[in-house]
Amino acid sequence: MPVSVDNSRAIYDALKSGGVRVISALPETWLVHLIRMADEDPDTVLVRLAKEEEGVGISMGAHLAGAPSAMLMQNHGFLAAINGIVSGAQLFRIPLLMLISARGEFGEGDPWQTEGGLVTTHILETLRIPHESLADPEEVPTKIEGALTLANASNRPVALLLRRGLMWEA
Amino acid sequence: MRRLDALEAICPRFQADDVVVVTIMGAVAAELQSLGHRPGFFYLQHAMGLASSIGLGIALSRPKLTVVVLDGDGSILMNLGGLTTLGRYRPPNLVHVVFDNESLLSVGGFPTATGTGTDLTAIAAGAGIPRTGTARTPNELVHEFDAALAADELTTIVAKVEAHYEPPADTAGFVTPLGLLENRFQFERHLDRLREAGIG
Repeated sequence: MPVSVDNSRAIYDALKSGGVRVISALPETWLVHLIRMADEDPDTVLVRLAKEEEGVGISMGAHLAGAPSAMLMQNHGFLAAINGIVSGAQLFRIPLLMLISARGEFGEGDPWQTEGGLVTTHILETLRIPHESLADPEEVPTKIEGALTLANASNRPVALLLRRGLMWEA
Repeated sequence: MRRLDALEAICPRFQADDVVVVTIMGAVAAELQSLGHRPGFFYLQHAMGLASSIGLGIALSRPKLTVVVLDGDGSILMNLGGLTTLGRYRPPNLVHVVFDNESLLSVGGFPTATGTGTDLTAIAAGAGIPRTGTARTPNELVHEFDAALAADELTTIVAKVEAHYEPPADTAGFVTPLGLLENRFQFERHLDRLREAGIG
């Protein structure tokens, strides 16, 4: 499976450097190494979800309890979590770091992934969720640090879109 | 039983320093506030279904605290997958009470599936919650609650209550005088202070 171990490690290390202690996730091909790293790390609480909206609740609880957290999900998982994001994280002003694998863009070969890619960015903007791409391994530490800084300063959700070029090895 | 009587019966258990409570919105939140708000009470207004997930996030992050989630039948039916996540991680410091009035009381009283045969106690057990119970009187609820604390094991208690609500004094419909964000920041500060005090 040509998901990049090195770039997954760079993302994981940046989350740890940012103090993230709780990670909620639903398996998705691009996220397998990240989820495994969280699972193998005794200092990280990994919560495997049944559906992504739960992860918003987990992160809300973790934040109120003083534990920085992150959600790992596919863009379709983001779509599944929207009510929790709006009526939970946004209403209650919770800093919520979402790492979203951006499926359905150029290079996507799975027909079932192609609709989500068309709407993900538009929905992030409609929800006024600040978002940036993570595409280059060099920018991973600064962008994850920057996302956490803005989430905490604004007490709102922020998103990083994990791009194919970062997660998938040709 | 009336939900207010049930709450009144277990409320003394919520006064301990190491206990925090997460409730759903609506009647449960308004009635618990009417019995006396504490800084360790968080009322999840909206985000329906996520009270149990928030409780799980707190319980896993702060294992020395006792986390009580006051849920409802309509809410947990929206997040049955979350019940399987609770069953997977089964934090021993979480007591999950589901007030089951077989209706969506705050939005017109329409019947939920628990009124037509869905058994939440059985669902919780089937989801992997290690201890489950059902309470039909305030005394039974207190008994089940105390047994859960003594067992030190994740427990879901389904408390069957009447679909009845009268707004307490100072409460307009379901809107209490305590502001939503005031409660949220107060709760976070309270959890900070509990950690600083070494309580949990």
